[in-house]
Amino acid sequence: MTQSSANGLMDRRVGEVVESTSTSFMAQCYQLEGAPALGALVRTDSPDIYGVVGSVTTEPLDSARPVLARGEDAATEEDVIRDNPQLTRLLTSRFEVFIAGHVEDGVIRQYLPPRPPRVHSFVYACNIGEISAFTERLDLLRLLLNSGASHSDEIVGACIRQAAQSHDQPSDFLANACRTLAVELSADVARLNSILRRVAP
Amino acid sequence: MTQPFEPNGAGKGRLAAQQGQPLGMVIEGSVANGVEIRLDPDVSVEQIKVGTFVTLQGSNNRFFGVVTDVGLGSTDPRMKYTPLPADDPFVIQALQGIVAFGTVSVLPQLTMPDVMGDDQGPSAAKSIPAHFSRAFTASQEDVETVFGSEEDGNFWIGSPLDMETKLCLDLGELVKRSMGVFGKSGTGKTFLTRLLLAGILQNGEASSLIFDMHSEYGWQGQDTDKGVTVKGLKQLFGAKVSTFTLDEEHSRRRGLSTDETVHLGFNHVEPEDVELLRESLNLSEVAASAAYNLREKFGEDSWLKDFLDAGKNGSLLELAEELQVNAGALRALYNRMQRFTRHGFMVEHSRVDTAAQMIEHLERGQHVVLEFGRYGDDEAAYILVSNLLTRRIHRKYVEAKESAMGGAGKEPRPLVIVIEEAHKFLNSAVASQTIFGIIARELRKYNVTLMVIDQRPSGIDSEVLSQVGTRFSCLLDNERDIDAVLSGTSGSRALRSVLSRLEAKQQALVFGHALPLPVVVRIRDYGPNFYETIQGGGDSEEEKKRKVDELFGG
Repeated sequence: MTQSSANGLMDRRVGEVVESTSTSFMAQCYQLEGAPALGALVRTDSPDIYGVVGSVTTEPLDSARPVLARGEDAATEEDVIRDNPQLTRLLTSRFEVFIAGHVEDGVIRQYLPPRPPRVHSFVYACNIGEISAFTERLDLLRLLLNSGASHSDEIVGACIRQAAQSHDQPSDFLANACRTLAVELSADVARLNSILRRVAP
Repeated sequence: MTQPFEPNGAGKGRLAAQQGQPLGMVIEGSVANGVEIRLDPDVSVEQIKVGTFVTLQGSNNRFFGVVTDVGLGSTDPRMKYTPLPADDPFVIQALQGIVAFGTVSVLPQLTMPDVMGDDQGPSAAKSIPAHFSRAFTASQEDVETVFGSEEDGNFWIGSPLDMETKLCLDLGELVKRSMGVFGKSGTGKTFLTRLLLAGILQNGEASSLIFDMHSEYGWQGQDTDKGVTVKGLKQLFGAKVSTFTLDEEHSRRRGLSTDETVHLGFNHVEPEDVELLRESLNLSEVAASAAYNLREKFGEDSWLKDFLDAGKNGSLLELAEELQVNAGALRALYNRMQRFTRHGFMVEHSRVDTAAQMIEHLERGQHVVLEFGRYGDDEAAYILVSNLLTRRIHRKYVEAKESAMGGAGKEPRPLVIVIEEAHKFLNSAVASQTIFGIIARELRKYNVTLMVIDQRPSGIDSEVLSQVGTRFSCLLDNERDIDAVLSGTSGSRALRSVLSRLEAKQQALVFGHALPLPVVVRIRDYGPNFYETIQGGGDSEEEKKRKVDELFGG
């Protein structure tokens, strides 16, 4: 772990890799409902692998014991949790991350790393500096568009919207992202149109 | 946008120092059909006009071409069926230039020399630039390299479309072949002709003989649109121009003095002339050919006079019997010829040989304008007079040239003969007989060329038209006329679209012998500024500045 990244990294830790493939990995959150937002940029540490959150799931730990509704008599939703403290132990939040690139010898590479992150690698939310540095180039959009997820358009849209906020000139970033999308989806205008409408300010 | 451009050949080409504005890149093409350019996202398709010049920077060569078509393309063929939010600027902006883009078809015409200013000029393009070659609008320097500059003694006739560059013509080359000025009525044929003639006069390499049907070129002409008079050649060039007139009275009424008045004797009229006038005089074939019989009987010099005398004496019937021609036809010929010979310029016997006079002037390096005055509207008179005179001049030129070839005497001075309503002389029915048909076909060898001015080029015999080297075409909208003007030109399909989109005034498509490639010209104004350059002896800008400095001690 590098010296600089150690700074504040602890606070940004959101989970831990529990499943890993060449193109994506699954992370489990430390906190129930503590997953990063859809489309958010996250990273692992040593090796530095970046990815975009593609889906978030909250489910029972034991799939044989489905969650039951418990709030019939409760006044508020918070009361349900307070009256059933075991729930936080029986449920878990996970999120799937599509790998968008990695850092190799200090250089950002927006293609798949040679090996996916190891299981039990920690997963961190990226700060503004990391997001804007990583999204200087937008080859990751192609990885996301081809991720195979049924809702990849949504992931791309969410990713662009969030990344824009970390740039000094969000409108320039948006225009650039749209041009990149147009190049990638030049043969499918209908799909391009649907994503463009999702990122339109 | 104007980043220094790295050509394909990794540094082999020159940097884009004097390139014009970048347009896009080559995406497909062929030598036969030209190349297709995809416009850069920041270049609006509306900026590009058909007929503009473009340079293409290949890896080893630079090509010079002309825009023949502008189109819209898309990477996704389904786009036209996809409903898109046309009112959403965000979406449209993202699509524009990448998914939906402009395309330009360019016909590469020339390969530019590797080094500017080299002696070696541009040569015809026999290849096309490779994929991804960059396209630029042609710069002033490019245009000068291709068409020559005024400093090199070329004549400035106007500017290319959307450019302020002076587009020049090599007049020496122009007068070597026949030329044609075409365009429907009111498109500026007369102004263009006047400009070209002024250029030829100023250049001085050739003499010109102008059959001025409507008295527009000699002393002054009319600008009917602006309602002002413009200077004619005599006013601009003074003693270099001699004006002849058929109608002295008309000239006097206009307050002009002409150098010579033309009288034509009956003895100068030949049966061939009658043949030529058949259509205008509404004569039957039999009647026209009776003239040959008459010549046989009465002799070359006096056939017309004797025939008219016979008619007056009432002995036409006997004459018809003697000649074994149809009496009715002979009477018809008599009536028409009698009416015709009543024209003021016809005299029974003229000892003055007008053609010889004209040749004398021409040999002195003067230019001759023959004004028709009120006879200008008389088609038969125009045809007869111009044909008659030209035939005699032609004969003299052939003699002179032949003796020059034999080593005796000097080469005759190149001559340009200007005729209007050319389809009347050069239609397929008479082109083989009129002297103009012969000149158009072969007289180049005898240093005589034609400048034909016409609004119905389709009426001109195709064989003659194919000999017209350089063509200036103002707007034409009749399909057959367009076909005729473009006949025998390579890439005529592409030129067609250019030609039919010319503006109605002051624009002409110029192509053929004197130009390396077809070009749409915005014709320069014929007015005070032009007079100044002509009369001021054509001082260059530096010369003017030098003179001013000299005067005021600058």
